[in-house]
Amino acid sequence: MTSETAQTEIVITHQVGLHARPSVKFTKLAKSFDCAIEVAVAPQGPWIDAKGIVKIMALKAPAGTRLQIRASGDGAARAVEALRALVERDFDEGESHAQAAQA
Amino acid sequence: MPKPRRLKGIAASAGYAAGRLWRPPLSGAAVYKPRPSRQEEIDALGAAIDAAIAETASLVAAANGEAAEILEFQLAMLEDDNFRSASAARIDEGVAADKAWIATLDEEIAGYAVAEDEYFRARATDLADIRERVLAALTGYTRPQIPAGAIYIADDIAPSAFLAHDWEGGGLALLHGSVTGHVTILARQRGIPVVVGIGDNEVGEGGFALLDAIRGEVILDPGEAERTQHESARQAHLRRLEAASLFSPKPAVTASGERVSVLVNIADPAETQGIDAGHVDGVGLMRTEFLFNKGLPGEDEQLAAYRKVLAWADGRPVTIRTIDAGGDKPVPGLTEDETNPFLGMRGIRLSLAKPEIFAVQVRALLRAAVHGNLKVMLPMVSVPREIDDARAIFAVEAARLEKAGIAHSVPPVGIMVEVPSAAITPERFSAADFFSIGSNDLVQYVLAASRDNWKLAGLARAGDPAVLELIGRVARHGVESGREVSLCGDAASDPAMTAHLLSAGLRTLSVAASAIGEVKAEIARWHHGVAR
Repeated sequence: MTSETAQTEIVITHQVGLHARPSVKFTKLAKSFDCAIEVAVAPQGPWIDAKGIVKIMALKAPAGTRLQIRASGDGAARAVEALRALVERDFDEGESHAQAAQA
Repeated sequence: MPKPRRLKGIAASAGYAAGRLWRPPLSGAAVYKPRPSRQEEIDALGAAIDAAIAETASLVAAANGEAAEILEFQLAMLEDDNFRSASAARIDEGVAADKAWIATLDEEIAGYAVAEDEYFRARATDLADIRERVLAALTGYTRPQIPAGAIYIADDIAPSAFLAHDWEGGGLALLHGSVTGHVTILARQRGIPVVVGIGDNEVGEGGFALLDAIRGEVILDPGEAERTQHESARQAHLRRLEAASLFSPKPAVTASGERVSVLVNIADPAETQGIDAGHVDGVGLMRTEFLFNKGLPGEDEQLAAYRKVLAWADGRPVTIRTIDAGGDKPVPGLTEDETNPFLGMRGIRLSLAKPEIFAVQVRALLRAAVHGNLKVMLPMVSVPREIDDARAIFAVEAARLEKAGIAHSVPPVGIMVEVPSAAITPERFSAADFFSIGSNDLVQYVLAASRDNWKLAGLARAGDPAVLELIGRVARHGVESGREVSLCGDAASDPAMTAHLLSAGLRTLSVAASAIGEVKAEIARWHHGVAR
């Protein structure tokens, strides 16, 4: 049993916030880690499971939200960093997606 | 013969259709027979969810692009244990499996229906789709076929039902629906006409109707006149689309080989979804009135909206106009009641009179300027001092941000040329970095003809020689002083005006998204020195 924990905060800069596609990507990435991962839209919580898309979508987190991410268990630091980076990269929905939407 | 009836709505996906109205039968046509024990109920629902997952997964495999992403989202929601366990808890309390599932999903749907953000509100449709798919699996219900060429009329439509039908020749008239819904986005990509928000009107089924998804209306029981007009509008629309597809992707060049910049006007960042940034030379006018529709917006809210458009423009210039309230655009908490609002407190006058409100917008613009090629434009400038006063506010707020250590940058500041004083003596307004002619207001002020009185439509024309003379004057001054001069009023989007504007000396036009192709086509026909 490891006691590894990690926590971070990242501002959502993606245009429409944590919407459908980003939520799918976020929860898929979270599920790839064994540790428990939770997110919140305020430092004091409430904290919700980062692997469940129903709850993640229900946050309706718009652009500008300071998303809190915390994890505990094996690979907690890696998990938090990977999720933080995904949010920072606007969920990889930059130019390529804008073009796809025109197709 | 019944009289034609017009239902007004919002054009959500452009186009025309004529056909029979078809209304889907209310769901629940199949009745669910509860299983004998609670465990069997839970198992039956579980099997139905699994069947819906399998069905959605096979749809994902067959779809691509936006459609695949919508279905993947629905699949992820179905696979989440949350709905399954919440329904099982209800079944344990003695609720029947179908009712438990409906209650669970409806609770979630209610949360989306009241969301502030329209994007999240639109997700309620996806959840309703999931709900119906599982219910269909549970009751063995099969969805009825939409007849070919029909105009579908209902509250809304599930994305999966939309994707399952070939809409060739048909269209959709939604009583509710949303401009940002998945279905609308898909329809726009496929060129299927959609009108949303026609409201809870009594509409019989089976009647012939015309769908006009340009003006946003449905015409029931049309007469010969309506049908003829509709058909010619449809033909014109098809010609426009052809011109658009030919000319839109290319840079605009005149027949004599001169490059003309064609930018786009937008009134809401959401509009950029339907525009290819590669088809325009930037945003010539981004209005900011939409931000003030629900009261005064905060700095962060404004910043997010500006950044959205700057990100979309991807380095191309984006000219954002500071709040142009007043006149025909009242804003509670900002504008004043006056007897002659078009000659009163509007545009920059109002912003300078209420610096505490203007400063919030200025800070958001200063912060946005570090995220792209931003230019700021002041509306309704009538004397040069107004530019100096506005610049002073930019300087003060920049200093405040500097002190607070917040990233910012002072963008170029230009003016709308729409008051005759500025158009007659543009050289006095040298504090402006650029000029953008607002032809709508310029026309109404030069000809003293209100633009909202249709009886004066013959007077209020951008092609009037006095207006063209002023446009030419500003354009010449721009060339002489090295300042960019563009035109962003309705005249820029009117292909019949293109040759006049080029002849007046303009080489930068900012047009409505729907006019990009047609205006580029007109530019390609124009020879230097020739006005048609």
